[in-house]
Amino acid sequence: MDVKEVFRSLSEAAGVSGYELELAKLIEQGCPWADETRLDKLGNLIMLKKGQGPEPRPKVMLAAHMDEIGLVITKIEKEGFLRFSTIGGFDQRVLLAQEVVVHGRQKALTGVIGAKPPHIQAPGEQNKAVKMEDLFIDAGFDSAEEAAEHVRVGDLVTIKRRVSNLQSSFMAGKAFDDRAGVAAILECFKTLSKIDHQADVYGVATVQEEVGLRGAITSTYGIIPDIGIAIDVGFGDSPGLPETDTIKLSKGPGIAMGPHVHPKLHTRMVETAKEWNISYSLDPSPYPGGTDAYAIQVARAGVATILLSIPLRYMHTPVETLDYQDVQRTGRLMAMFIAGLDQEFVEGLTCF
Amino acid sequence: MKAIIEQLTQAFGPSGYETEVTALIREMIKDQADEIRTDVLGNLIAVKNGSPDGKKIMFAAHTDEIGIVITYIDDKGFLRFSNVGGVGIATLVGSRVRFANGTIGVIYQEGKTQWKELTLDKLYIDIGATSREEALQKVRVGEFGIFHRDFADLGGRLVSKAMDDRIGCAVLVEALKRISNPKNTLYFVFTTQEEVGLRGARTAAFGIEPDLGVALDVTLTGDTPEAFPKAVELGKGAAIKVKDSSLIAHPRVKDLMVELCETKGIPYQMEVLARGGTDAGAIHVSKEGVPSGTISIPSRYVHSPSEMVDLGDVQACVDLVLAIAQADLEGVI
Amino acid sequence: MLLARLTQANGAPGQENEVRDLIRAEVEAHAHVVKTDALGNLLAIKNPDAPGPKVMLAAHMDEVALMIVGIDGDGYLKFRPIGGVDPRVLVAKTVVVGSKKTPGVIGSKPIHLQRPEERENAFTVRELLIDIGAKSKEEAEKLVQLGEIAYFTTEYEEVANGKVKAKALDDRVGCALAIRLLQEEVSFPLIAAFTVQEEVGLRGAGVAAYQVEPDLALILEGTTASDVPGTDEHRQATALGQGPAITVMDRTVITNPELVQELFALAAEKGIKVQVRRSTAGGTDAGRIQLSGTGVKVATIAVPCRYIHSPASIMCKDDFEGAYQLVKHYLARLEERAGLS
Repeated sequence: MDVKEVFRSLSEAAGVSGYELELAKLIEQGCPWADETRLDKLGNLIMLKKGQGPEPRPKVMLAAHMDEIGLVITKIEKEGFLRFSTIGGFDQRVLLAQEVVVHGRQKALTGVIGAKPPHIQAPGEQNKAVKMEDLFIDAGFDSAEEAAEHVRVGDLVTIKRRVSNLQSSFMAGKAFDDRAGVAAILECFKTLSKIDHQADVYGVATVQEEVGLRGAITSTYGIIPDIGIAIDVGFGDSPGLPETDTIKLSKGPGIAMGPHVHPKLHTRMVETAKEWNISYSLDPSPYPGGTDAYAIQVARAGVATILLSIPLRYMHTPVETLDYQDVQRTGRLMAMFIAGLDQEFVEGLTCF
Repeated sequence: MKAIIEQLTQAFGPSGYETEVTALIREMIKDQADEIRTDVLGNLIAVKNGSPDGKKIMFAAHTDEIGIVITYIDDKGFLRFSNVGGVGIATLVGSRVRFANGTIGVIYQEGKTQWKELTLDKLYIDIGATSREEALQKVRVGEFGIFHRDFADLGGRLVSKAMDDRIGCAVLVEALKRISNPKNTLYFVFTTQEEVGLRGARTAAFGIEPDLGVALDVTLTGDTPEAFPKAVELGKGAAIKVKDSSLIAHPRVKDLMVELCETKGIPYQMEVLARGGTDAGAIHVSKEGVPSGTISIPSRYVHSPSEMVDLGDVQACVDLVLAIAQADLEGVI
Repeated sequence: MLLARLTQANGAPGQENEVRDLIRAEVEAHAHVVKTDALGNLLAIKNPDAPGPKVMLAAHMDEVALMIVGIDGDGYLKFRPIGGVDPRVLVAKTVVVGSKKTPGVIGSKPIHLQRPEERENAFTVRELLIDIGAKSKEEAEKLVQLGEIAYFTTEYEEVANGKVKAKALDDRVGCALAIRLLQEEVSFPLIAAFTVQEEVGLRGAGVAAYQVEPDLALILEGTTASDVPGTDEHRQATALGQGPAITVMDRTVITNPELVQELFALAAEKGIKVQVRRSTAGGTDAGRIQLSGTGVKVATIAVPCRYIHSPASIMCKDDFEGAYQLVKHYLARLEERAGLS
């Protein structure tokens, strides 16, 4: 199974927060290494790879979210144009002139996001960013009646984007946040299938992260792991961004430190990276929120958590860019970390 | 049903202090439920048992309304206050408030303040006292109050303060009266503290562990002059929520609601709310997750003292609640 | 002196070790069970198996501080606040950094070299640097690691009129109260929960409450006192010398009305001066604990502190003592009731 190929198909599939079923199916098909898979009540995909040896075995949960940010139709104007609202955080400036897919009643339709044309704007208006309420989707309908045959208020819209292969192992596409993390979990499972490990590993493709870490909240409550590893994307280095706020591409994942990271897990993860010669960056993070780690850590009686970040440029835009080798490095790092876990280490995590 | 709506909307129940409302509801439904109890946060829970092969449904409507809390009494007897829940400044100046003991006050702005610069701390309440001592005979610092505005019957439409969400409570009260031998076991939960963070629903759901969660709450409409584009309108039926900031309705729950409306001829419309939340937001992330949705009652002027609803829409919501209560949920959730 | 030791110990959100060890040593003799959890909350449990009510006292161990996020080419340390710190209080302060306790200063451009207009703009966190006197990045890297914490170096000191100056009064006052109150003779289960990471989102409290499953919880805090020049009286949240402040409502909680009424009545009965916290801003562990499980009755009792979340805070010893007396009497009242049933 070529995980990079699976990653490409995940990026191109449509799965806005709350509507991840199609993604779950693709991921499950892309993971022949799991012993059991199931979907929970909110649609989280939970893939279990059992460890070897007698019980009790350490329970590790890997979490990456499969939902992407998207749009939802809020109104059909009488001329057939479609008004929309966002699901998740969008910079509205990247939406102008974007091609989209409107997931209508029977089929998916192509549309373009438009606004007032430049030559009828007042002088000076072109320097101001377009506002979300001025945008609309043009799918070619000539009237509200015609539109209503194909589309309804509440229908979802995703960005239309095929993955671009850039130089060497660089790729660009939509929804790399966080299908890259999902791919890292698959890479991890693939590696684990060739080595011994004591721990039971729950690879979870979570739902609804972009709207409030909702899938992570409920899936962790059900699994009750000893260790939670969240894999998300981090701000990749690019012009205009201060070095302190970014992680360099092609240098492996960022290993976070901060309130959301158990100190022993951080130390152990760094040691593992050094031992197996896997590149990584240190990612000091005073603010614990913004990823599934935040939710996993406070489930039930608390979970020892750590966050790994795959460096990604242009986050939350249709041209998210990464080095696929960073995805592989992340997968491998997790596999070697898991292989080194035993029950004694895990029991020590609640001792402070 | 108008009488019930009037009683409920006029009752006193700011977030955290809903006992008058829950007592009123308990009185209305006491002969209808198999079991009635109150929990630690003051949620009123009425249970109607269904058949053993049915599912557990939690319907939730919140009893609390937005209001104010007194933070200071000056030496001339004027009160300063903070908001309880989302209170729009524009609706306050010249409005009246009422405290639990019936004391009425007028809200007004500091004389020298320009309208453009108006913030909550530039407003005060006048209860007609001439000194701090006189004020303290009627109210105290830390006391909660609500907006004081009467109920108006416009015929097919009704106006009152606290339609959000006493209208949702009224829908559940009416449904409870009309249900007998439900297929599913029904928990009618009249929740507390929704306006300050969906709090009552969270602890209620934790205890009940429902299979399906359905909130009843108001939503905004786009059918008034120069309104921002919104498809929801008064008179077009029950609004089936697709999403708001607290919840993305579970697709199968949303589809079930649409299907029930189509087969039973209940007028409905689809609803997307950019900002705002309901109790379903708390219910669906309870424990291992609960598939949930919201039935919205379209309302104009939400979070003002004059919220307006359409009786036809309200009736449609009651019918949808009844349809869900009797639905075969096997395979859906 | 307990409060002096507590405030001078260092413990940022997620790195509360020093404070936790100090507290553990103080409570071990007074609890039947002392344990920690995966986040580092410290739970000291008295009478775990006794019949109820199960009473939880909560105080958070963490303080706001600065995290080192970068070291520049010249050996200066770049930092970001961990927890809410107004950047304007940072400039020209002394700090101590990391496990090696390396001294440093947060410097700024000398006044002589500034244009008058420059002094009208506040320094932002991005412009400020910690100078540890290193001559190069390599030298700095030997002393300090990314992710380590810089703490203020304020010393505990008694000032005029029975007032105290220290750092981290929010919430070492709560910790000190909980340590003393754990020593009360009670027959019901009494749990002192010393929570973590309150300052970055009330993170430890819910996790602690899940394990404890209390019937009621009293949250002991240090809260804003804004009885200072330039603040209208109606905008002061609390004032020093008016006794402990009882919260009616903040951003995270509307406290249980019956419990709050009981506390006011008890204070009146015992002649303890108390005040209402007159602001609805801010949040405490009470918010998370109230919504734990099927719900918990909660109240917050706070010692007013001026200048919280800055290097030097001031509180009034009488207010602190008043908080102690109020809760002590409340526990005694619960003990009476437990005895009757």
